[in-house]
Amino acid sequence: MALRPEPFGALAYHYGNRKLNFLRSPELVRLVDDLEHFDSARAAFDNLDLDDGKWPVYGQALDALARSDFIEPVGSFGGDRKVDR
Amino acid sequence: MSALTDELKRGLDAPICLTWELTYACNLACIHCLSSSGRRDPRELSTGEAKTVIDELRELQVFYVNIGGGEPTIRTDFFDLISYATTSGVGVKFSTNGSRIDAETARRLAAVDYTDIQLSLDGADAATNDTVRGIGSFATAIAAMDHLAAADFGPFKISVVMTRHNIAQLDDFAGLADHYGAELRLTRLRPSGRGVDSWHELHPTQDQQIELYHWLLDRPGVLTGDSFFHLNALGSGNLEGLNLCGAGRVVCLIDPVGDVYACPFVLHDEFKAGNVRDPGGFPTIWRSSPLFLELREPQSAGACASCGQFDACQGGCMAAKFFTGLPLDGPDPECVSGHGQEALAAVGAGRRPPSTSDHSKPTPVRFIPRTSPARP
Repeated sequence: MALRPEPFGALAYHYGNRKLNFLRSPELVRLVDDLEHFDSARAAFDNLDLDDGKWPVYGQALDALARSDFIEPVGSFGGDRKVDR
Repeated sequence: MSALTDELKRGLDAPICLTWELTYACNLACIHCLSSSGRRDPRELSTGEAKTVIDELRELQVFYVNIGGGEPTIRTDFFDLISYATTSGVGVKFSTNGSRIDAETARRLAAVDYTDIQLSLDGADAATNDTVRGIGSFATAIAAMDHLAAADFGPFKISVVMTRHNIAQLDDFAGLADHYGAELRLTRLRPSGRGVDSWHELHPTQDQQIELYHWLLDRPGVLTGDSFFHLNALGSGNLEGLNLCGAGRVVCLIDPVGDVYACPFVLHDEFKAGNVRDPGGFPTIWRSSPLFLELREPQSAGACASCGQFDACQGGCMAAKFFTGLPLDGPDPECVSGHGQEALAAVGAGRRPPSTSDHSKPTPVRFIPRTSPARP
């Protein structure tokens, strides 16, 4: 997977399945970038010092990324954005 | 409208992907060719210049390029370039008529990572396809698909331009894709290139547009290049994909001589932003060409502002309007609410823009011997 910075956050691209995701906040980009350094997504989120109430939104965003195999573990299928230009 | 769409309209730091026509040379002469291809242009980018473009795309983190032409596989450095791109992290999807894909080439392609193939086919049978793409082109494409399947290439794409004559074959195309384990990709016919002349006879009827819309709504897995968003005005829900004109915002085109156009379907001087050979190359054009910056400004809905469907269809396709002589801030010529027909009727002769890029092969002038009339 590759992350490309954009004004709204970042574009994430999966070279294997050619799926594209829009990470629509700088904090989410940092969270995704940090994941590999933490044991759990929640621990990575806590490290960002964000409002605790925002966790469900970020958790959902990570779920969507997991569903399209951008990050592991892999959950059920669906939720990615098909891009074909 | 989603905030994401608003963000995309303001343009990305680099294209999501871009279309790169590698050569104007083509062994076919499809009557709807949007780049009016046929003959190679002597000014086409050299291998070295093409690799410089790939280096720039890598720097910009352009994830993949849609390579086309002409027939891109005609270039002798075709394999060199796709392997240079994919090893640089720039994935390749290329469109081909299949004429160069024999058993050996198919095996070679199957061995390259990050390469996707789109076989062009505009009819589910030879009669329908060959009328548009030329005699023998159906058999050629099928042979190429057989070779790709035998080489275990994996799921390639079958790419179909939808016309009045093949909409009735939608299920046949789906069946053909299933047969090959391929993905089906349907795109919109644009009145671009040689399509300027064939569009009026080829574009789908209103009833066919409605049929296509519902067929696609039922099959979200079918790819469309996001090209049918004008159909969303039919109101039963939006088709999959990005519902906006991406020209100069998320996509653009590099032609074989290095000219950069905002829209992959408008190879015309009015939409030319620069040339990759200019100082600063492609990145400077993408970031700061006046044309691209203008396209990222809020666009007026013009004559469509009072239509309740504007949010759904976004006024349709810029290329379709431009080449039919319609104002860019008015309805699409195939507006499903019928506003396009009214607008087309109001277009005076000469409003259609003259071509500024044509590489069609000269039409052979044939002497047809006539039998001498019988003497009285």
